[in-house]
Amino acid sequence: MLVVAFVSFSLFNFVGDPINNMVGEETSDEERAELRETLGLMDPIHVQFSRFVVNASKGEFGISYQLRRPVSELITERLPATIELVVISALIALITGTLLGVYTGINRKGFLSDIILAVSLLGVSLPTFVIGILFIYLFAVILGILPSFGRGEVVDFGFWTTGFLTISGLKAIILPSVTLSLFQMTYIIRLVRAEMMEILQTDYIKFARARGISENSIKYKHALKNGLIPVITIAGINIGTLIAFSIITETVFQWPGMGFLFIQAVQFVDIPIMSAYLIFIAFVFVMINFIVDILYYFIDPRIRVKGDVSSG
Amino acid sequence: MSFLKIKNLSVDYPMRKETVYAAKGVNIEVNKGEILGLVGESGSGKSTVGNAIINLIDAPGKLSSGSVMLGDLDIHKDPSNIIKYRGKKVGLIFQDPQTSLNPILTIGEQLIETIQTHLDLTKEEAKIKSIGLLKEVGIKDAEKRFNNYPHQFSGGMRQRVVISLALCCEPELLIADEPTTALDVSIQSQILDLIKKLTKERNLAVILITHDMGVIAETADRVAVMKSGNLVEIGLTKEILTKPKETYTKSLVSSVPPTNKKISRFVIIEKENKNNQKNNIKILNRWNKKEIVEQDLVQIKNLSKSFDDNFFTESSKNSVMAVDNVSFEIKEGESFGLVGESGSGKSTIAKMIVNLFKPSSGDIFFDNICITKIKEKSEMMKFRKQIQMIFQDPYSSLNGRLKVKEIISEPIKLHNASISSGDLNNYIFDLLESVELSQKSADRYPHEFSGGQRQRISIARALATQPRLLVCDEPTSALDVSIQAQILNLLKDLQEQLNLTILFISHDLPVVRQMCDRIGVLKDGKLCEVTGTEDLFLNPQHDYTKELLRLMPKIESIYN
Repeated sequence: MLVVAFVSFSLFNFVGDPINNMVGEETSDEERAELRETLGLMDPIHVQFSRFVVNASKGEFGISYQLRRPVSELITERLPATIELVVISALIALITGTLLGVYTGINRKGFLSDIILAVSLLGVSLPTFVIGILFIYLFAVILGILPSFGRGEVVDFGFWTTGFLTISGLKAIILPSVTLSLFQMTYIIRLVRAEMMEILQTDYIKFARARGISENSIKYKHALKNGLIPVITIAGINIGTLIAFSIITETVFQWPGMGFLFIQAVQFVDIPIMSAYLIFIAFVFVMINFIVDILYYFIDPRIRVKGDVSSG
Repeated sequence: MSFLKIKNLSVDYPMRKETVYAAKGVNIEVNKGEILGLVGESGSGKSTVGNAIINLIDAPGKLSSGSVMLGDLDIHKDPSNIIKYRGKKVGLIFQDPQTSLNPILTIGEQLIETIQTHLDLTKEEAKIKSIGLLKEVGIKDAEKRFNNYPHQFSGGMRQRVVISLALCCEPELLIADEPTTALDVSIQSQILDLIKKLTKERNLAVILITHDMGVIAETADRVAVMKSGNLVEIGLTKEILTKPKETYTKSLVSSVPPTNKKISRFVIIEKENKNNQKNNIKILNRWNKKEIVEQDLVQIKNLSKSFDDNFFTESSKNSVMAVDNVSFEIKEGESFGLVGESGSGKSTIAKMIVNLFKPSSGDIFFDNICITKIKEKSEMMKFRKQIQMIFQDPYSSLNGRLKVKEIISEPIKLHNASISSGDLNNYIFDLLESVELSQKSADRYPHEFSGGQRQRISIARALATQPRLLVCDEPTSALDVSIQAQILNLLKDLQEQLNLTILFISHDLPVVRQMCDRIGVLKDGKLCEVTGTEDLFLNPQHDYTKELLRLMPKIESIYN
C-alpha cells in the first residue's frame, strides 16, 4: 500500500507543476509563491509525503483540476456504479464458470463440453472492447432490446445510488456486466475443469469409489470441494482485475463509474483523480487478498489447525 | 469350499497400437479367515487383479472376461450393481495413507457417509458405530479424534483410519494393496498385526498385495505369484518360498536380500551366465585410482541441523532438530550404512556431506580438511568433485529434457572444461559400459529407460567426476527386488575395483546388511550406535536397534 501511495504521490507532485495547473495565466509570481506556501509545497518531501498519506487515509485527495470538486466527493458519487458492475460480473463469472467447469470436467468427451471449451477459447482471446462493441451492435442496434450506454434510472439513497430497483437500471447492467465477466468466466471454466479432472484421478477419490460411495457424492461433495480451493485464490485476484478491466468496459458502455472517471481524468491530466484511483485500486487488491486468506482458513482445514499435526 | 472364487479373470487395456493384457485368465480362490499373499514386481498385474474384483479399473482398461464369486453371489453378473458391493461386501485398502483420505472432510464425515451409503442407520447410530470401529483399529481417544481431519493423524494412524473405513460396512473380503509399503518398519508391523487380528476376529478373507517377500513370509497363509499378467504359481507360503517350482519364482526368491546372513553377491537366475560374472569396468584405465590409505576419509563431529518453520524468528521454540549432535567416521574404502526410519535425519546428514545443506553447528572433515568452513566457491569445487550423490528416485533425479549423453557430460565438462569432444564421447561410452548400458543409450532420453536403467544412468553421472566418496540415498527403494539385486551387485563391483568409499543410506535393514561394513543407527536425529554390520545384526546393543531388528519382516521366518 505504501509503495502505491508513494507512486501516486510522486505523480501528484513531480508530473508537472500543480500550481500551473491550478491557477490561470495572469496570476503573479507572488501569488503563486503564496499559494505554494499555503498548500505546503515548500515543505521537505518526506513531510509532504506523510501529509499525503495521512490525508489519503482520511479519504482526502484534494480537488479535481478539471471538475473543481473534491476528489473524495467524485469518488463516492461514482463508486456505487463500479461496485455494482463488478459485483454482478464477478457473480456471473463465478457461478456460470464453476457450473460449466464442473460439467466439462466430468463429461470430458461430450459434444456440449467441446462447444463450451471452443466458446471459452473465444472468450479468452477476444479483447473486452471488441466483445462490448459486438454486444452493443447485436442487442442494442439490431435487436434493440437492451440499452447501449448509461445506467438507466437510478434510485438515490443519499450515500448510495443503485440501478437494481428500476427496470431500466437492471436492463442497463446486463450488457456491461456480461461483457466484463466473459473473460473471467472462461478463465474459471478452464481452471475448474483442470482441477476436477486432476482430483478425480486422486487416490482418495478412488478409495471413495472402492467404498461404494455414490458417484454424485464423489463428484459434488468429495471432488468439487477440493477443486474449489485454488479457484478461490484465482477468483480473488481476478476480482481485482475485474475492476481494472472495468475501465475499458465502462468506456465502451459509457457507464458512469470510476473507470470512466479515470479515463476522463487521464484525458485532462487530472492528477488528483488519477492518484486517488490508483490508491483505491491498490486498497481493493489488498482487501481482497486479505478476505481470500480468511476464506482459506474456513475452507481448508489443513491451514486451520496448525501446529497440531502429529508427527509421522 | 472357498469363499472367494476368481475364475478366468482378464483385464485389457486397449491402446492405440495394441492391446495390453494386464491380467490374463487369472484363477484365484481364497477361504474365509485366510490371508492370500499376491506378489509380483511392478507391472505384473497384481494391483489390477485387486481392483478388478470390484471392477474398479480405470479407463481405457476393461474387464474382458471372468467371474468373481463371493460365496454363491456372482458380483460381476450385473455390472451396474457392482457399486452396491463395493465397501459392503469387499473392502479395499490402498498403499499410501497420506493420499487415500479426502483432506477436507473429517474422518467422522467420511465414516458416516460410507456407513449410511450401505447400512440403514441414522446419523447417531452411524457415529456410535464409527467410534467403535476406530477403537477396534487401535485409535485412542476415538470420540475426540472422530472430528479430526486426516492431516492431524500420523501415517500409521491414517492407515488405521483407512482400515476402519474399509471395514465399516462389515465386508467379508478385504483387499489390501501394498498396505504397509509407505510406512516405517515399526508401524508396518503394527498394521500387519492389526490385519492379522481382524482376519481372525471377523473371519475375513484377505488378499494382501505386496512386493515385499518378508511381509508375505510373516503374514500370508498362501501365496500367488504373478508375472506380466499371468499367475505363475500358487501354493502354501512355505512351499513357494522354500521350494519354488517355476524359474521366475526361484529368481524372485533369490533376489530377496536374506536377513540372517551376509552374502557376497546376489544370485541372478534369469540371465544366468551373463550376470553372475563380475562386469568389465571400462573406465578403470582412465580412473585416477587412489590407493586406499588407512585413514578416516570422512569425519563428522558434533553435527547438528535444525529446521525452522518460522522464517522471521530464529527461536528454537518451533524448530525441529533434524540432526542432533551426531559424530561418526567413515574409513577410506569402506561402505558405511546409515539406517533409521523416516524423519530420523539420515537424508539430512547426506545432504550436509554433499554440501546441499549448511549445518547449524558442527563440522564435517573430508580427507582431513574441514569442508564446512570453506567459503570460496573454487575451493569448494575441489570437494564437490570428490563427493557425488545418487538419489532415491531415478524418475525425478534425471532431467527429462536432456539426452543421457548431455546428462553425463555435464559434470565432466564442469570439472574439465578443456576436454575435446572425441575424448568426451569416449569417456561417456566407457562410463555407460561400466554401468552395463550400451553405447547407444547415449543418444536417448531418460523416459525411454526403465527405473533400474535410470538408476544406472545416475550412477554413471556420479562416477563422471571420479569421486572418492559416493553418497547413496536409498538408491534401490524405488526399484523392484530383482532390479535392486542387480544395482546392488553393480555398486559392489564398482566399489571394489575403483576403491570407492560409500555412504549407504537406507531404511531397509536386509539391504544394508548385504552392502555395508559398518552401520550407524539413527533415531530422531540422534545416533544410537555405530558398529560393525555383523555385530549389529547378531548382537545389537541399543534398545532401539533391537526393536528394529525384531520388527524387520524376515523371509526366513518361514523356516521356523
